[in-house]
Amino acid sequence: MWYLCVFFHRLLDYRRPEVEALAQLFGAFEDGDDKNTLDWKLPELHHPDSPFHLVNLPSEDIAKSIANRSILVKGIYELWGEGSSYEELEEAIKAYPEERKLPYLASGTTFRIIVDSFGKAISFQEQNERIYGFKYIPFKGRVNLKNPEHKFWLIETDEYGSNNGLPPVVQRRIFFGREVGAADRKLLPTYELKSRKYLGPTAMDAEMAFLMANQALVTPGKLVYDPFVGTGSILVGAAHYGAMTMGADIDIRVVRDGRGPECNVWSNFEQYGLPMPVSLLRADNNLPPWRPGLKEVFDAIICDPPYGVRAGGRKSGGRKLLKGTVDPYTVPDDKRLDHIPSTAPYSLAECIHDLFELAARMLVMGGRLVFFYPVLREDGSTDTHFPEHPCFTLVAACEQILSFRYSRILLTMVKKGPYSEDIAEAAVKMHLDFRENHLKWLEDGKLHSAVFSPNDSQTASAESKLNKDSKPKYRGKYV
Amino acid sequence: MRLLTHNMLSSNIKGVTNGFPLLIEAEKFIEKTVDFNPDFLKNMYPKIEWKALVSAATSMGYNQLPEEVEPSMLESEEFLKKFHHALLELHLEEGALICPETGRRFAVIKGIPNMLLHEDEV
Repeated sequence: MWYLCVFFHRLLDYRRPEVEALAQLFGAFEDGDDKNTLDWKLPELHHPDSPFHLVNLPSEDIAKSIANRSILVKGIYELWGEGSSYEELEEAIKAYPEERKLPYLASGTTFRIIVDSFGKAISFQEQNERIYGFKYIPFKGRVNLKNPEHKFWLIETDEYGSNNGLPPVVQRRIFFGREVGAADRKLLPTYELKSRKYLGPTAMDAEMAFLMANQALVTPGKLVYDPFVGTGSILVGAAHYGAMTMGADIDIRVVRDGRGPECNVWSNFEQYGLPMPVSLLRADNNLPPWRPGLKEVFDAIICDPPYGVRAGGRKSGGRKLLKGTVDPYTVPDDKRLDHIPSTAPYSLAECIHDLFELAARMLVMGGRLVFFYPVLREDGSTDTHFPEHPCFTLVAACEQILSFRYSRILLTMVKKGPYSEDIAEAAVKMHLDFRENHLKWLEDGKLHSAVFSPNDSQTASAESKLNKDSKPKYRGKYV
Repeated sequence: MRLLTHNMLSSNIKGVTNGFPLLIEAEKFIEKTVDFNPDFLKNMYPKIEWKALVSAATSMGYNQLPEEVEPSMLESEEFLKKFHHALLELHLEEGALICPETGRRFAVIKGIPNMLLHEDEV
């Protein structure tokens, strides 16, 4: 059945993939079916960035579960009618089948009508007028504003002559429907970073952490791993949905010490009454300490790899790698116990290679790898070529623009192919190549300089562009 | 560090072939109650190296685990409770993990094992 799905006007690229991930989680797709996308439609003349979408879902229960768990869905509604004027709306509601309407209008039920709008404000008095305008709907139940059984929504959009954040193609549209499920965004203020005890410079925003957990299909009892755990902000989101969490980081100060006894990764979980991570360890993603033969243990790997713009990656073998293999650096025996190993910079390409290798081996079949990948934006658009791996199928790529020059894309991948010996061998070869040509690979990853000090030609073209037409008003993916 | 983690880790020093299981040198261990989740245990069971778990539990002073196991035992709640306790509730808070081949110590401080290698071990 088709439902009206209204989104919060945020993170536009993330909205449909989140609903599709949750649809999978709540069993909207048949087992063994490779299909994991839903059918979508837009209301007449609406722009894809519109908050109003129509989605086909197999049952009301699934629609309700999706809406209740989602971060970006404001509500999912059974649409009783829509139109570009109140006359058209009335006709549509009257034409909607009686047997779909009557059970919710019966005497003995309680209800309320909520008037909402997008892109305009409706005064209290106008709201009441609109509600009284529904005299033609035979409501027999009692009004209950606090705790009604059925909520009806009247949602109005405006005619967009102005530039209020949307392109002007959206036509005025009025929707009336019965609420099937609505999101609980109360959890966002609870988890917001400004009240988090232990924060790092790249702590993941709470809303994004929940979105990532949803993309990863986190449910109670699943084992979720973050190889770049930092202050644990991504795992907090996963733990909220009941996952068993594991995290590793190369920086011992971050995972073990934090900022004191009551301000560390553990305290971030304690703060919200969440179960502690099953395991935190200091390990190098480049040389993971997993025992031979261990595979297919994690249900999901969720992470924000260090890609060298805000935080740079590090890996083991610092001085040795930098000096080359001619004169290997050795630690004197008497210094071994307290020795603090130096680390070498970790290029993005190598980091992503290691992440794929880890995920291919350690994820269960059907497990999900969810991670951010940075891209440079040229001419305002982004290159859509993403890293690939034979074991993985890309499910969703959601862009979030971070600056004029770069954006990050949340990639969601599913492990479809088994981890074979061929793949393991190829990975080892690649690993050695990264080791031998360490300096060359480092030079290849120039993301930091491209973002912070682009070369002249880029600056020139950017400036001429700025001069030509001042910044476009519409900035879809920024919101 | 719980024994679940211990069961997954090995010494990955260059040239080491038998880095698993790491020996436990316990200075301080504690027990923390964790919610019992039979589904999680059943999921983890096939991935656990049982002998390593038994010896790790023994070195932490817990010797209730059977030496030999088979999947049918997962039906027994009594067994699952013991498995749960050993896998998730025993914590090595301070101590070290010792590489069985080279004797290299990986320190465990505040419950977090430091598995990072020195420059000449990679």
